[in-house]
Amino acid sequence: MESALGPDAKFREGLSNGQINLPQCDDCGKFHFFPRINCPHCGSTALTWHRALGTGEVHTTTTVRRRPESGGDYNVCMVELTEGVRMMSRVDGILPADVKIGMPLAVFVGDIDGTPAVLCKPAEG
Amino acid sequence: MTDNLRGKSAIVGVGHAGFGAAHGFSAYDIMAQSAHAALNDAGLKLSDVDGLFCTMMEDSMPVLMAAEYLGIQPRYIDGTMTGGSSFVNYLTSATMALEAGLCDVALICYGSNQRTASGRLVTASKLPPYEGLYSPRYPISGYALAAARHMYEYGTTRENLADVAVAARAWASHNPEAFMRDPLTREDVLSSRMVGDPLTKLDCCLVTDGGGAVVLVRADRAKNFPNAPVYVLGSAAESSHRQISQMKDFTVTAARESGKRAFAMAGVTPADIDVVELYDAFTINTILFLEDLGFCKKGEGGAFVSDGRIAPGGALAVNTNGGGLSCVHPGMYGIFTIIEAARQIRGDAPGMQLDGVELAVAHGNGGVLSSQVTAILGGASTV
Repeated sequence: MESALGPDAKFREGLSNGQINLPQCDDCGKFHFFPRINCPHCGSTALTWHRALGTGEVHTTTTVRRRPESGGDYNVCMVELTEGVRMMSRVDGILPADVKIGMPLAVFVGDIDGTPAVLCKPAEG
Repeated sequence: MTDNLRGKSAIVGVGHAGFGAAHGFSAYDIMAQSAHAALNDAGLKLSDVDGLFCTMMEDSMPVLMAAEYLGIQPRYIDGTMTGGSSFVNYLTSATMALEAGLCDVALICYGSNQRTASGRLVTASKLPPYEGLYSPRYPISGYALAAARHMYEYGTTRENLADVAVAARAWASHNPEAFMRDPLTREDVLSSRMVGDPLTKLDCCLVTDGGGAVVLVRADRAKNFPNAPVYVLGSAAESSHRQISQMKDFTVTAARESGKRAFAMAGVTPADIDVVELYDAFTINTILFLEDLGFCKKGEGGAFVSDGRIAPGGALAVNTNGGGLSCVHPGMYGIFTIIEAARQIRGDAPGMQLDGVELAVAHGNGGVLSSQVTAILGGASTV
């Protein structure tokens, strides 16, 4: 699909529509993130965007410690999507200390201070 | 063949300034004080310098600011900015420039006043666009993510991490130049304030002022200086990413490649090394780099550093000045790995001087485990 937008703008357009869209390489078949004009795996510029499944798992995680009066501790993690790409994100809905590596996640578009953002929560079931 | 550069340059002067708190001095003041100290050590003057290798945390053109400040007009300049590894990286470009005749006296220098200026890391870097939204606290969050993954994959423990800090402090306790010299125990580290799980405040490097500088010349005239020359036997770099979220394997750094090539160029192996000076911005760094440089197998770094094995009297001497964890850490530490390695080889280390040091590793790290640069330095018997 041809796009009039640059890769970053294209990704953010998806987020503003509630969708996580990812570029996939037409030549090597791999997805990548962050979005860019060439595949970082093979160098090809033939890319097609696909909507992500919205599933993944915690690849690694940390709790950023913060004073309660400033909002308290929060999670920062690397989520590995089922498509094979990783991105920084945050697991919501559980305490930061309960976020564990390997934990299955539902990955969705939420917002951080009014900006659309990829967020995660523990997968159900 | 990079072997052509083995031993072709030598460090003939080292210097530092502003360790701890340098109230009233700017980063460039401290850089310049360090440069003067290194030139004095080499018996040279500022006007002798015709190759300048420098970067700073401030500004977009720091090497030009440095040349202007020093009042020199160098004919060769390298200001490549790869974070704290930059200064070890300059050993390669300085050696190439000297060998090619592009300059005759190479000055590598750095300075920072981050402790007295702000008390926290001062950087011209912006938060990466796809990370900033989640408010990671840099640099610690990046290293915490790597540490957590190492613990998950290899069973590395917080006790292992703590023992890195304990060993660094044990070395620092002998070093009058070190900022933190009070006794430190594993329990002190474990019970210190958690900053970014699994790293506590005492798993993190210091925030100090300070600067450092080294002077290099071609090896063929290195014996005509006041101090014994320290030869650059090998140096190699590899970078794997800039943003932590782009690190392919959170437990393996590009030090594996930089180390392999630096050792090959020098024609030595980790078993030959007398002392290792590496960039310990956080306790996990020491574990990762000792593994990736080949001092132990991947995943065994936790056990390798524990129970005093890298402390004075241990199996391997690591960060004999006290490192970034206990000696000095002014934003970027890389230059100090070179200075301490050179002083151990020369026999004039300020703290615990080891006997008969002929081969040392100086390893720099930049960004968030992003840029790795390894240098092998040697004394007279190695060339």
